[in-house]
Amino acid sequence: MRDEGAVLPAVGDVIGRRGRTAGAGSLAREAWYRFRRHRLALFGLVVAAVMAAVVIAGPFVYRTPLDEIDFRAKLQAPSRAHPLGTDDLGQDLLARLLYGGRISLAVGVSAMLIALTVGVMMGAAAGYAGGLVDHVLMRVTDLFLSLPQLPLLLLVIYLFRDYARGLLGPEAGIFVLIVTVIGGLRWMPVARLVRAQFLSLREQDFVHAARALGAAPPRQIVRHILPNALGPVVVAASLDVAAAIIAESTLSFLGLGFPPDIPTWGRILFDAKDSLDHAPHWALFPGTAIFLTVLSINYVGDGLRDALDPRRVIGR
Amino acid sequence: MPRYVVRRLLIAVPALLGISVVLFSVLALAPGDPFSELATNANVPPEVAQHLRATLGLDDPLPVRYVRWLAAMARGDWGYSFQSRVHVDELILQRLPTSLFVIGSAYAVALAVALPVGILSALRPYSIFDQVATTLAFIGFSLPTFFTGLLLILVFSIRLDWLPFIYRADLDATGVRWVFEQARQSIMPIAVLGLFQGAVLTRFVRASVLDVVRLDYVNTARAKGLSERRVVAKHVVRNALIPVITVIALQVPTIFTGAVVTEQIFRVPGIGSLLIAAILASDTPVVLAITFVYAVLVVVFNLVADILYGWLDPRITYA
Repeated sequence: MRDEGAVLPAVGDVIGRRGRTAGAGSLAREAWYRFRRHRLALFGLVVAAVMAAVVIAGPFVYRTPLDEIDFRAKLQAPSRAHPLGTDDLGQDLLARLLYGGRISLAVGVSAMLIALTVGVMMGAAAGYAGGLVDHVLMRVTDLFLSLPQLPLLLLVIYLFRDYARGLLGPEAGIFVLIVTVIGGLRWMPVARLVRAQFLSLREQDFVHAARALGAAPPRQIVRHILPNALGPVVVAASLDVAAAIIAESTLSFLGLGFPPDIPTWGRILFDAKDSLDHAPHWALFPGTAIFLTVLSINYVGDGLRDALDPRRVIGR
Repeated sequence: MPRYVVRRLLIAVPALLGISVVLFSVLALAPGDPFSELATNANVPPEVAQHLRATLGLDDPLPVRYVRWLAAMARGDWGYSFQSRVHVDELILQRLPTSLFVIGSAYAVALAVALPVGILSALRPYSIFDQVATTLAFIGFSLPTFFTGLLLILVFSIRLDWLPFIYRADLDATGVRWVFEQARQSIMPIAVLGLFQGAVLTRFVRASVLDVVRLDYVNTARAKGLSERRVVAKHVVRNALIPVITVIALQVPTIFTGAVVTEQIFRVPGIGSLLIAAILASDTPVVLAITFVYAVLVVVFNLVADILYGWLDPRITYA
């Protein structure tokens, strides 16, 4: 039960006897301590960090252009000139993978942020207000939960693709559309988590104390309740990044995501799937990239669950 | 219990209506009249197009169009496919058996993997078997099906040349030969879908059995001198499976939409690949109808899960 003790002092800190920074620090240290004991989560964190660093910094170091067409060098296996080989137009795969990785990761993180923002707002409003507001918001959440995700995703992108392209340009338009739709269909679990936390937290003594001292509802929510409700939300957020990356890759793989000149990993797989017999490397590299990223992020989420759930007793 | 079922059914109706409103609004908000393929076709003279719009009711206010559309859907009049000029429901019914065969077999595979592996894992937590199983399950649900499908094609169709990578509904073989060919072409799509779903379910089964196995009544059963087999089969698994069964029902719509990807990879002529083909061909009535079919599946299996749960778990009463 040492673990519960680790959270309670931090709750006290929010009210403000001891220094807030020291409290937050010890909470983070405790979480880090617990996270580290999950070997695979640590490994996942390292892999995810390396992947992110490589796709962010890679294009600055590796300067081969991603759209230089060279038919003499098409469908080549990995070589010195093209470390990961080339595609059917002789374009360098490593350059395309690095660029596509940026987009895939950006889609994952942005969609997660959208899902998180909407989910936290819905959940906080429902949990704090209660009554009719709660009822209505939860029915809306239920409705969204019973929507068929993938077909609706496909439907919306099919209907609004040209419109978004016309509005914001070919790249930004599709990016915003995809991110909004993926995020807009994934906020429900977060909303439920946040609502449940709010329902129990708003009746806790420290929140009553804050209310008695005259804190207005926004301050109660932002300063006192929300920080204590974030644990499960962080876990859900990390898993949402992975889910959003898969969703984007699935769309692109079905030929309904990004256009061919924006080589996200799913899009490269889509282009590569008909050349499996003579150029397997073309599909293997982006597929492995998606798999490794998703796997490592999922492990990070698993580790965060161990680290942030104070009720969870970890062995040994 | 019957009252509960009726009440639950009554909740399902507004859910379906809500979904239909969302779907219709998405279509209505979409730029460029997706329903009006005929009316905006450049080969159709403007007067004719105008007449078409009027007869199709495209110029009526939105609520009127929604009610008319809903009434038509409820009557089973799902309209014509722009692409193939047949009734949409005929088109879907044509494709449905193939989808049901692949999805049903895949789910059977998933359960055949998940139940024994999940139960054994939870009975010996942190043993070598458990660690291997949980790691494989973790990898399994992190592997996107579109990648596993391509990997299987690469190994079994291209390298080894054992299995065909295109699924054909019209095999030119009969009798035993047909069964053999059918099995050969179904193995990969079913394995891709089944193993992914199996990985997801294994985690549920393991967690659920773990929750039960530490409870006092299980110790009591052991203390009474029951054999380990009886304890596991009669006391642990029976109770642990109650939440698992609801999850199994809740996952049915997921596996249907998961099949969209698998059907696309192996060119299985099911409703998933019909959906993609319809989207690529801007065949709105078909797209809308299939999306609605998926939505109905979600609502129906939510209902099934709730009712099963109430029926299986005597602790739940419905006053």
